[in-house]
Amino acid sequence: MKRAILLAAASGIALTGSAYAADTITVVSWGGAYTKSQVEAYHKPWMAKTGNKIVSEDYNGGLAEVKAQVEAGNVTWDIVDVELSDAIRGCDEGLLEEIDHSVLPDAPDGTPATEDFIGLALHDCAVANIVWSTIYAYDGSKYNAFERPRSMADFFNTKKFPGKRGLRKSPKANLEMALVADGVAAADVYDVLSTSEGVDRAFAKLDSIKDDVVWWEAGAQPPQLLADGEVKMTTAYNGRIFNAMASEGKPFEIVWDGQVFDVDLWAIPKGAPNKKAALDFLAFSTDTQRLADQAAWISYGPARKSSAPLVGAYNSDPDLAMGPHMPTAPGNFMNAIANGFEFWADNQDELNERFNAWLAS
Amino acid sequence: MTDASYQPDTTRGSLTDASGALLAADGTPLKKKLRQALAVSRRRAFLLVAPLLLFILASFAIPILLLLVQGVKDNTFSSIMPETTSVLREWDSNSEPTEEMAAAVVMDLINAKKISRSLPTKVGTRVNREVSGAISLFKKTTRKAPKMKAPFLAELHKADKKWKDPAYWKAMKIASKTITPAYYAAAVDKKYLADGSFADQPEDRQIYVSLFVKTILVSGGVMLACVLLGFPVAYLLSHLPSRQANLLMILVLLPFWTSLLVRTTAWIAMLQSAGVLNDIFVWIGITSDDQRFSLIYNMTGTIIAMTHILLPFMILPIYSVMKAIPPSHVRAAKSLGATNWTAFWRVYFPATIPGIGAGGLLVFILAIGYYITPALVGGQDGQLISNFIAYHMQKSLNWSLAAALGGILLVLVLILYWLYDKIVGIDNMKLG
Repeated sequence: MKRAILLAAASGIALTGSAYAADTITVVSWGGAYTKSQVEAYHKPWMAKTGNKIVSEDYNGGLAEVKAQVEAGNVTWDIVDVELSDAIRGCDEGLLEEIDHSVLPDAPDGTPATEDFIGLALHDCAVANIVWSTIYAYDGSKYNAFERPRSMADFFNTKKFPGKRGLRKSPKANLEMALVADGVAAADVYDVLSTSEGVDRAFAKLDSIKDDVVWWEAGAQPPQLLADGEVKMTTAYNGRIFNAMASEGKPFEIVWDGQVFDVDLWAIPKGAPNKKAALDFLAFSTDTQRLADQAAWISYGPARKSSAPLVGAYNSDPDLAMGPHMPTAPGNFMNAIANGFEFWADNQDELNERFNAWLAS
Repeated sequence: MTDASYQPDTTRGSLTDASGALLAADGTPLKKKLRQALAVSRRRAFLLVAPLLLFILASFAIPILLLLVQGVKDNTFSSIMPETTSVLREWDSNSEPTEEMAAAVVMDLINAKKISRSLPTKVGTRVNREVSGAISLFKKTTRKAPKMKAPFLAELHKADKKWKDPAYWKAMKIASKTITPAYYAAAVDKKYLADGSFADQPEDRQIYVSLFVKTILVSGGVMLACVLLGFPVAYLLSHLPSRQANLLMILVLLPFWTSLLVRTTAWIAMLQSAGVLNDIFVWIGITSDDQRFSLIYNMTGTIIAMTHILLPFMILPIYSVMKAIPPSHVRAAKSLGATNWTAFWRVYFPATIPGIGAGGLLVFILAIGYYITPALVGGQDGQLISNFIAYHMQKSLNWSLAAALGGILLVLVLILYWLYDKIVGIDNMKLG
């Protein structure tokens, strides 16, 4: 093992003339098709360029592990793929390193990185790589062409579309979707949710399908639930459903109405053992080309504007253009909700408690 | 230690002292000599177990203690906001917030931010557990604090109108207590109020009491199911010729040796609506294709999978007790005129009670803390209290509440153990 690292390092130095010592960094992400897209688009080219090694680990989100490591003073993760609300909370609670945005490379046309990234993407402690979305999907082979679910309201309508529903076991995104299904416009969702009547309204809507819900926690579960016929429709991360469609040929269909979109970001835990190499990896993996490359492996939108024109076709199918499958494609983006991270930072304690009590009752 | 029937030899006066106590050959009292000899062997025994004792202390007892302490102690607020803490101590929590309190808040936030920008949010996170909206309130206030001038109360109101709401001041008063019953109160669906009294949580947030009850009921149910299923198996095992019995024993032990995760996921394959069992039901016509039974991701799935996984813990103690019951007892009963049933119920069964007791206690205590199986197959209503302890450790990061829930669970188990000792007697337990 050690010799292999040394050899890789030596050849890396010889080939690129890079001055890096061989480091091994631990990159933590969400597993499954998503981690695979990162391995192909980020890890492999970075290892080839620098001669460093990457140990890839999976997790299910949340700050618990980062907090445990930082507070115990035994940090083993170098860089973590986090959700926006966790990036902000982790930064505020001092669990993440601050990141100097000047290390981020400019766009090929010279646009500074700070202007090239989309609105939500740059934070004190984190840099976004993708835009992803929580959508709902169904198995197209189970419905005939004229009676297909088309709107968020259809997801909550078990009279018109009987059958089990898959939902993520968390109030996030579910409450927003429930309100959209109940007739609230996407733009007003958080205004309504900030009132206690609005919360009651969202829970009442969820309650109407509670008996039919199968709850999932890991992103890899919903495509499996659909494929097994365990549910008729399920909310999911759009990239997971796309991958089941594109690489496994599943007859799934995505409904984009009422999608809740968000960004995923790289963050470095406070006291990461190889902070310098991690920062180098962060800058490398969020450059224009790498973000565009990743889109060839999974249908998540790149966080840089300059990457969009470079997005091509799916890796194993040159006829399958990725553009229309992105959450941000114009046809998909009509009734989209931007994840309200400030709302969730303030209200997640109370809403989680209420959600859990509601679940167990 | 001393034998009552032993009579000292009074003819040899040199071996007793003036008071009549026995003396050893070198003249020291025999009792003292014996104590010395015993002390040496006790010390040796202690040294032999010392490594294990230290290990258990360091890896088991101390961490549990620390966690229990975390359930009642929270100095986040008082350590970061010392001024505010001392001012709030004087406040009666009903009168209007004073200028002095406002000044202390502003001062503390400015000082905290100087040490680390993460400190004010930590305070916000702590207060947010008592009232929603505190995180953004503290962030906003911290940002504006350096520019504030007296009168601070008016400045705070200008910075954010939430400061006019006494709920936030009351929440700070609750958070400012270092030793606090707030978490244990929350763990039994009560709310600790700023004036030191307790109130019920709003109904739509009550969850833990019913969850504790549910956990105990499920554990009891699983224990009963294990007794009913395990007793006949153990009986069969102990009465078959040893060749067949060994083969059967392997069938009992094989799942026991298989990974818990594998067994649980195997049940998913068996019980899911497109699973083996439902397919068979549809095939033989018990149910129709679109009305398959929901056997998993609910309480049914949790009970089925837990019963199966805990069954060996019931079978093995009962089996070992049955093995030790001499067959002559039942034969003697029958020769004295007992029917088969009487011989079994009056002679054989009472002798198996220690095994049932041991198995029952083992299964119950394992079940009450069960975590992985309910997490995987429990769905929404098959979750037990351990799943919520894990949730607060891993997701909500409210470790103090997790500690309080764990503390209550520990006390529950100890009470049950004590009850068992009172009713059955712990000496009657036989683990094999």
